[in-house]
This record gives sequence, C-alpha cells and structure tokens, in this order.
Amino acid sequence: MGLNTSPIFGGDGFITTKLSAIANWARKNSLWPMPFGTACCAIEMMGVFASRFDLSRFGAEVARFSPRQADLMIVSGTITYKMASVCRRIYDQMPEPKWVIAMGSCTCGGGPFDSYAVVQGIDEFLPVDVYVGGCPPRPEALIDAVMKIQKKIEMQGAPVL
Amino acid sequence: MSVSIQQVIDSLRNKYPYAIGEIKTFRGEVSVFVKRELIREICSYLKKEFDFKFIVDITAVDYLGRKTPRFEVVYYLHRFGPDFEENIRIRLKVEVPEEDPKVYSVTSVWSGANWLEREVYDMFGIEFVGHPDLRRILMPEDYEAFPLRKDFDVRNREPSKRSFERALKEGT
Repeated sequence: MGLNTSPIFGGDGFITTKLSAIANWARKNSLWPMPFGTACCAIEMMGVFASRFDLSRFGAEVARFSPRQADLMIVSGTITYKMASVCRRIYDQMPEPKWVIAMGSCTCGGGPFDSYAVVQGIDEFLPVDVYVGGCPPRPEALIDAVMKIQKKIEMQGAPVL
Repeated sequence: MSVSIQQVIDSLRNKYPYAIGEIKTFRGEVSVFVKRELIREICSYLKKEFDFKFIVDITAVDYLGRKTPRFEVVYYLHRFGPDFEENIRIRLKVEVPEEDPKVYSVTSVWSGANWLEREVYDMFGIEFVGHPDLRRILMPEDYEAFPLRKDFDVRNREPSKRSFERALKEGT
C-alpha cells in the first residue's frame, strides 16, 4: 500500500493496495451482528449495544434480527436441542463470509445445565470463532470478543469473490 | 355467605362420601385425596358451589419404588373471596397407577387447564382423557421419553439429539 502524490499521476493522491486487503478492512470495521439472544446473556449483549458501552464505536451497531443482512452471529444464552435446529437454520441463512461468537458459559459448554435438554456447547452444530466465558460475561468481554473477530478478519480475511 | 376451608371439606365429604380419601393438613395447607374416576365431577362441583374459579396449577409426582400406585396428579384450586379470609386454596390429589396412566381431563371445567395438562403429559406421560389437544408442549413433538419420570436418566441427551437431527434433516 502506498500513497502516491506524484504530479505525473495527476497530483491528487491515490492509494495502491490489494482488493482483498481493502475488502477485509471494510468488513472488519462494519460488522453487522445477528443477535441470537435466548437467555440472560442477551441482556448483557443489549448493554453492549446501548450507549454506555456503545458497540458502534467498533462499527458493529447495526443489530437487526435479519440473518440475510448479517455477518456476525452472537449466540448469547442457553441453547436447548429444540432451539438448536432454529439456531443452525438462522446461521445457514446468513451470507458468506460469516463469523460466530459464543457468548457465556452456556453456549461455550452447557454452563450449569448438565441436563437432557441443553446442548453442551454450540460447537456441536456451529463453527465458533470466539468463545466468551462468564455467567454472564461483562460487556467489556464481549467487546474484546468483537475486537478478536476484527483481528481475525484482518489477519486471515475471507475470499472477496 | 362466608366460606371457610372446613365448610368446603365437610360439603365434599357429604356430597361424595366414597370418593374422598384421606385429608391431610400441613402448615395450614389442605390436601384432599380424590378417587381417580370422579376428579372432573368434584372439580366442577367445587367450581359451581364454592366458586373455585382459578386453576392455579396441575402437576404430578412420580413415587417410583416408594409407593404404589406410582403417580399422583396434583391440582391446586383457588377461590377469590370478597374478604381476605375467604381466599381459599385447596389441593386435590389423584393416585394414578403405572399400568394405566390415565386421568379424566378437567379442561371442560377450566379452559386454563389445557396447557397445564399438556405439560404433565409431556413430562410424565400421563394421558388426560377428553383433552382437546393432547400434544407435547415443552419437548420436541417427536421426543421419545418422559423426562421427569424417576426411571429416566436426567443426563441422557440421546432422545434430544435424535429429535434435533431429525429436525435438521427435515428443516423444521
């Protein structure tokens, strides 16, 4: 990447870079989360979106319940097997590239619910990128997870076409 | 006319001398054992005569290995008196044997009993005869076990997994 101000090229200044670098730069700074909140962690997630912690500082404030317009799924809350098929379907509806945050102990490994109905970690049926422990995690922890996702996009990226 | 819990019990005893079993009182709470065949009649009598218009809860207990008959279905009834003392809560219990886990539905008395009975059916497998829509309410519809029975391992996730995989395949 380089800033060119040579008068030979017009003198206005332009940048040479790779398409994938600029696409991933745009992706990482405009994550559109799909909030999949099923329990108390969702309350903490709302706190992250709201003004005190303000996830829009990281470009990720467009939280709409619309999987086809999202690229980051935040699964926050206990997932039962009855809910798991719904969760998987929502994930399948999201366009590529997409990332998943497992927020809270329940999504990471079942939490306190070692029972007949609760999935022992959503990685049984979803590819998870970042795990956030805690019951529930502090908003700072979720912000940290979003920043880890941003770093992952920056380092690994995703195919542009 | 003021109503007391004693009046309710006496009236039940007079009206259904053979259908009323043991009556227990513990810390001011009254439990009445009722014959299984007559639960609907007794409920509708209590509602008509004493204005027990609120079915608080229907639940069940599994006494596996502790006593026979194995199950008890429990009904919590409430009446709202004009005076504070006339707010009466009564608990009816019906013993249900393991070989024939069936009780008459009380949905004709209180429509609110509909989902409560579905929950008992879902968790204990007790069938409510005369229920308009006896389907599972909490577990997946194709679930194969009754999770609150004492002989079900509470950590057994296999039936849930099977339902989940079926749901994934069929896209429901």
